[in-house]
Amino acid sequence: MRLDQTDQQLINHFQRHLPVCERPYLEMSRQLGISEQEVIERLQSLQSHDVVGRVGPVFEHSQAGASLLAAVAAPEEQMDLVAARINRAPGVNHNYAREHTYNLWFVMTAPDYELLEEHLDELEQELKLPMLRLPMVEGYHIDLGFDIDWEALS
Amino acid sequence: MSQLISADRLALDAATSTSAWGLLRLRQQLEQGLPLVPRPYLALAERTGLSEQEVINAITQWQNDGLIKRFGLVVKHRTLGYTANAMVVWNIPDEQIQALGKAMADVPFITLCYQRPRRLPDWPYNLFCMIHGTNRERVLTQLDSLIADHSLQHIQHSVLFSNKAYRQRGGRYVNHD
Repeated sequence: MRLDQTDQQLINHFQRHLPVCERPYLEMSRQLGISEQEVIERLQSLQSHDVVGRVGPVFEHSQAGASLLAAVAAPEEQMDLVAARINRAPGVNHNYAREHTYNLWFVMTAPDYELLEEHLDELEQELKLPMLRLPMVEGYHIDLGFDIDWEALS
Repeated sequence: MSQLISADRLALDAATSTSAWGLLRLRQQLEQGLPLVPRPYLALAERTGLSEQEVINAITQWQNDGLIKRFGLVVKHRTLGYTANAMVVWNIPDEQIQALGKAMADVPFITLCYQRPRRLPDWPYNLFCMIHGTNRERVLTQLDSLIADHSLQHIQHSVLFSNKAYRQRGGRYVNHD
């Protein structure tokens, strides 16, 4: 998908501070100098092209519930299979292949830690692979969205 | 008289539980994203049994409380062209970790920075930072400058580029079953 300047502005301005009022897209449209309908259509298009995952909140996981980064060391030729099994486990919201002996990295979430540990225990038993459990001890920089370097992308 | 009190009590409990349930439903709905209609908060109100104003108040409150850390477009960087995503992990002496964690968090190209426990002997690393870049060379150049700027030459580290995303979506903390 080719993003024009208005799409870029939409992304630049609204990774944070989306208006919380009766007509948020109208409010945004005024700032961008386009119509409310166009804001909605552009957001629909960005979402359908998977440029924007969703419009909405990013919850602070230490307050929202339990969340944990885990990694497994999967045999190279079974990575897709193991990744699919991980995705079937409850609450997995990120799952990446990375270049390391521990080659599948995923984040699991649950309403509380007890349930989270239970789900991880089940997954570990099913996979029979070495698993690292790496809860966050402290966050120095949390996700606030970041400034897109449009020039580097073009 | 006592009957009246208990009737009031019941009505109050019913109201409280409806709104608690409504708020839980609201979180569930929000985790899936804001509806793209002119009055999205009204649409959420209709799905949760709350009023539009209650939805707006709850979201505002959650932002003030820090339960919601940001509210807006959640960009998929990989689709945009940020295809080189490196998780750089460091084995930092415990007494230095806080200072270094804070220093790294201020580096513009570092998008996340967390302390996590070591898992010896397999995993000696206790500080994680994420660098999102448009290509591998650029990320490695940024890493070199980070090492030089913060005198990290003697710190054991490892760079884990991601070569595939099997899933990337928002957290779901509320049960959706």
